[in-house]
Amino acid sequence: MSATDAGDMSRAAADARRADAESTGPVLAADGSPLKVSLNRALRAQKLRALMLIAPLLLFVLVTFVAPIIDMLFRSVENQIVSETLPRTVVALDDWDAETLPDEATYAALTYDFIEAAERRIHTRLGSRLNYETTGLSSMFRRSGRGVDDVGEEYADQFIDLDEAWEDPVAWAEMMASSDWLAAQSEWAATLEAEGEDAAGPEPLFQLSDGIRTLLPETADAYRSFARTVQQEDQDSPLEEEPWNSVYLALYRDLVTVPAASVVEYDGVGAEMLVAADTAVDGFETVDLRAVWEDMDDGWVEMPIWETIEAFSDPYTAGYFLAAVDLQLTPDGIEQQPDEQRIYLLLFQRTIFMSLVITISCILLGYPIAYLLSNLPLRTSNLLLILVLLPFWTSLLVRTSAWKVLLQNQGVINDTLVWLGFVADDARLALINNQTGTIIAMTHILLPFMILPLYSVMKTIPPSYVRAAKSLGATQWTAFWRVYFPQSVPGIGAGSILVFILSIGYYITPELVGGRTGTFISNRIAFHISESLNWGLAAALGSILLALVLALYWLYDRMVGIDNVKLG
Amino acid sequence: MDHKLPPYASTGHKIWFYGFRVICGLIFFFLIAPILIIIPLSFNAQDFFTFTPEMLRLDPEGYSLKHYRDFFGDDGYPWRGLLIGAVLGAGFAGAMWAWKGERYIVLPVLVGALFGLIVGKLWGLDGAEWMTPLRNSLVIAPMATLLSVSLGTLAAIGLSQTHVPFKGAIMAILISPMIVPLIISAAGMYFFYSRVGLQGTYWGVVLAHAALGIPFVIITVTATLVGFDRSLTRAAASLGANPVTTFFKIQMPLILPGVISGGLFAFITSFDEVVVVLFVGSAGQQTLPWQMFTGLREQISPTILAAATILVSISILLLTTVEILRRRSERLRGMSPG
Amino acid sequence: MKLKSLMLLTTGAAFAAPMVLAEAHGNMADSMTLVSWGGAYQTSQIRAYSDPYQAMHEGLEVIWDESSGEAVARMRAMEEAGNITWDLVDVVASDAIRLCDEGLAMEIDHDEVLAPAPDGTPASEDFGDLIVSDCFIPQIVYSTTFGYRTDVEEWGGNTPDDICDVFDLENFPGQRSLERRPIGNMEWALMCDGVAMEDVYDVLETEEGIERAFAVLDTVKDSTVWWTAGADTPQLLADGEVVFGSTYNGRLFSLIEEQDQPVAMMWDAQVFDLDGWIIPEGLPEDRLNRVLDFVRFATDTQRLADQAQYISYGPARASSAPLVSTHADLGIDMAPHMPTDPANATRTFLFNYEWWADYRDDLDARFQAWLSQ
Repeated sequence: MSATDAGDMSRAAADARRADAESTGPVLAADGSPLKVSLNRALRAQKLRALMLIAPLLLFVLVTFVAPIIDMLFRSVENQIVSETLPRTVVALDDWDAETLPDEATYAALTYDFIEAAERRIHTRLGSRLNYETTGLSSMFRRSGRGVDDVGEEYADQFIDLDEAWEDPVAWAEMMASSDWLAAQSEWAATLEAEGEDAAGPEPLFQLSDGIRTLLPETADAYRSFARTVQQEDQDSPLEEEPWNSVYLALYRDLVTVPAASVVEYDGVGAEMLVAADTAVDGFETVDLRAVWEDMDDGWVEMPIWETIEAFSDPYTAGYFLAAVDLQLTPDGIEQQPDEQRIYLLLFQRTIFMSLVITISCILLGYPIAYLLSNLPLRTSNLLLILVLLPFWTSLLVRTSAWKVLLQNQGVINDTLVWLGFVADDARLALINNQTGTIIAMTHILLPFMILPLYSVMKTIPPSYVRAAKSLGATQWTAFWRVYFPQSVPGIGAGSILVFILSIGYYITPELVGGRTGTFISNRIAFHISESLNWGLAAALGSILLALVLALYWLYDRMVGIDNVKLG
Repeated sequence: MDHKLPPYASTGHKIWFYGFRVICGLIFFFLIAPILIIIPLSFNAQDFFTFTPEMLRLDPEGYSLKHYRDFFGDDGYPWRGLLIGAVLGAGFAGAMWAWKGERYIVLPVLVGALFGLIVGKLWGLDGAEWMTPLRNSLVIAPMATLLSVSLGTLAAIGLSQTHVPFKGAIMAILISPMIVPLIISAAGMYFFYSRVGLQGTYWGVVLAHAALGIPFVIITVTATLVGFDRSLTRAAASLGANPVTTFFKIQMPLILPGVISGGLFAFITSFDEVVVVLFVGSAGQQTLPWQMFTGLREQISPTILAAATILVSISILLLTTVEILRRRSERLRGMSPG
Repeated sequence: MKLKSLMLLTTGAAFAAPMVLAEAHGNMADSMTLVSWGGAYQTSQIRAYSDPYQAMHEGLEVIWDESSGEAVARMRAMEEAGNITWDLVDVVASDAIRLCDEGLAMEIDHDEVLAPAPDGTPASEDFGDLIVSDCFIPQIVYSTTFGYRTDVEEWGGNTPDDICDVFDLENFPGQRSLERRPIGNMEWALMCDGVAMEDVYDVLETEEGIERAFAVLDTVKDSTVWWTAGADTPQLLADGEVVFGSTYNGRLFSLIEEQDQPVAMMWDAQVFDLDGWIIPEGLPEDRLNRVLDFVRFATDTQRLADQAQYISYGPARASSAPLVSTHADLGIDMAPHMPTDPANATRTFLFNYEWWADYRDDLDARFQAWLSQ
């Protein structure tokens, strides 16, 4: 629908309103309904038709493109790993004073969390995550994973010495599990025996009995953690596995705190065992948990680890964004990174600076070409346009490697300059593996994106204006500068923003020719995605870059209008 | 500036005129130089991107076709394909002759033979170093183009209507694949497609490339629609054509140049795309640019220069064909070639 | 542990172990995806391992992926998605340790999965210390070492034979190429600052040590091309862009022996590293069986020795060393080109994987910041 068409319609609508207001009765359309209603209906139908046409593509782009981007950006704040891997420790640290080492209960919570994490083989994952914040945690977690199954062994031995039944998986399971689960589990085992794995399906998930949970909260929790891990990780039955040492630790801790009376009152399965144990625990040899953890790694009795866990215990963190602008989260608040580690602001600056230089070189090189093309007869200009399009259609990788051959020290350009005597053989120009290399290669690659919009704008500038200016006595230069150039500015704007936006996100070319000083922030993002695996930081850097680009896009849309981009 | 120097031009004017041409010539040289460099290098007898002393002496020893041989490999059944294609083409020509009395024989046979050659060469083998990526590219790029052109043209028609709610926001979303830095798109798609099981599948790469090509289609097609006269569709409708007929008979032919040019951009986006495919694809979807990238990074092999030379030759051929066709159609329509 | 329980599940707990293996190998997938590094190295694996294996198993399809460089990132994403498409992945030892740590690679019992040496020595003894992780199946020992051009006039006939010559611009002027990451470079720098080889990591742990290392690297910072891909240094040496550069010894072998370039090797202070297979965690039964069958074949004594016919990397089994013969195409004796050859290994250096796991993030940030300034 053309603009006049729309004008007609809205004018008609306005007329209708006026008529509506003036006359007593409503103006009627051909079908007898009021004109206002009829027009509104038509407008709605039109809107709907437009949306129906757009909907498939919009949906497509939302699903295949926008959703992935949002999903990735979300990673920049996501930090569930700490609270999911060490849930009990995080809770225990809630009311920690952050002045002295945490109490015994926190070390116990750490034991329960850590043994489960180690059995599920996720403790090292947390180690690498926290190592981004505090160096040395990666190996500390790995080492501790090897030793943690011994924590609480002394208690296990003492309980078993007291009564062999404490070693019996079945006795433990019957004491801890709900009767429903025990029934379901034995039914599952029978099916497995008789009909095989396919018929049996997965094991029923372990459930605690209510009584034991009230009586011995820590033990129940530790045992459930053990039982479910055994089921999910090893596909074994808790009825066939001896509990981890941490469960005995929990039992000891529960029994020394729970009043003797409530143990005596307990009437669930294994009550006698519990009563006997409860009377005996007072004579047990106790273990200093903090010392046990110190044995595994000195780091556990120093402040940094606890401060780091505390600082990153929230499920969402600003830590990655802070790191992306060379700040860090410390116990004393936000601080600058040490001097020698600041890199990202520098890279952002450099990315913007080099993109600007590239954009300006594109204008300088693209303007004359577009001018020439738009002022030549179509036949010639179309042939010359092929020269512009040819590099555009040639693989980016190939062009980049061609620039390598041209620009390097022993390359074609330097060889030619030496041969011509412009440059001494031992003072060849450094044209590659630095900013110069990136700028030359990227200017070449992005030049068509400048020429095409410029050309399409210049084609529409009528030559008569310049001729008129000249006939009025303007010199060649004045006519160009005062009459022609202002009309070509929209083309420069369109081309510049396009080139700038494209170059700010470049990755392949700087990687291949940028060397030490010519790389962009994108290279760092790629590094964090595929090598350091710090995906959160990559996402944070990406979000900042994206925000920058979107701001530019917004500016562009305001200044030029996205509808006015033309490509050839 | 005029394209011819007037006879009365002053000296300063002359200097400026020729100086400007020289500058433009240099810029054109800058544009074309890297392409000129790769052609001789692709005949290098050595495995490096270097002009060897033998090459500079123009010693035939320094040149060889080995990188072209490496590019094509010796798998596949090109000759069998050629033969079958030629026979099929001849059969088609015969059928046309019997049915409609048309006596074209050379063209169908040539087209059939060429088609058969390509199919025989590319589909008759597995795991060839360069031919398999070429085949993947030739499968993925057209599919992605088809998707983005069909959906994009529809949407562009919708967008060109006058009353489109949230037009700005919709436009921004549709253009976003061109705006968002590639590395961010690649990473996002990588994580997301992994999660929904599209990572490492043909469809994953096709969908990703289609998304990247959409802005080009939208931009070029909306540009042609700006100049489209709506009264034509109304005329068709008033003469009794239904909307579908109107679209294909009236609107489509008029906006076709925009659609084709958008399609070409979408095609080249997919055909030359390396960042996203490196993340979203896996071994099974290795495309030509991917193979070039690993060729550059992991193996030193000027084979990629041979590949590039072939691609450049094809694009020169295509571009000149398009130009010749354009001139011919202008001549036929009686328009001056300018 | 995992393997055992998986097999128990698939066959029922009642069967004895030998039965389990026989049963398990009965049902094998007829295609497998192997992941490696591409290039000459992958070709050597195809020729030594998968071609003969495919000849023995009619109809087996082998798909090669060249994504080993991004193996850890890819496998993490696959695990997140719950869709494992790889069957066997070739990685360097440090990546194997990471993958094992993250629970992405399967822990194996080396003696059960791998074939014993011909004289009956169990696999774990035959591979010895090279089994650096429970998930890691070693294949080759390679080294990062230096190549230099032999036609540099300014050197006046001298050839570098000491690691410190890399940092000696006076006697050996010209451009260098070093890898764009701290690993290796920091150690070499400290060794040339008078730190004994065995103390390097202790010194590097201190602030002062890091500064000392950077101070040494500073001397060559501006005359160095920093490479990221293994193919860079050979290309740069061949072009004469650099006169002295670090890269993998196999790349230099091909540059010198196959491409016949005027380049020679300097083995001093070569850094040993390992490369081998890992099996992704969570493969379905039929694919796992296929992979186990293939790995047992591909890592036996003869096959590891065969690989050395195509590339100059040392086989990881002690029992393979005597079987190393001549290059398949060039016909030259391969033993003197192995990094493990006594003549080459007078002074060697082994990565401290665990140390780097801790300090990689930190030092990498510092290294990149240092490079950018």
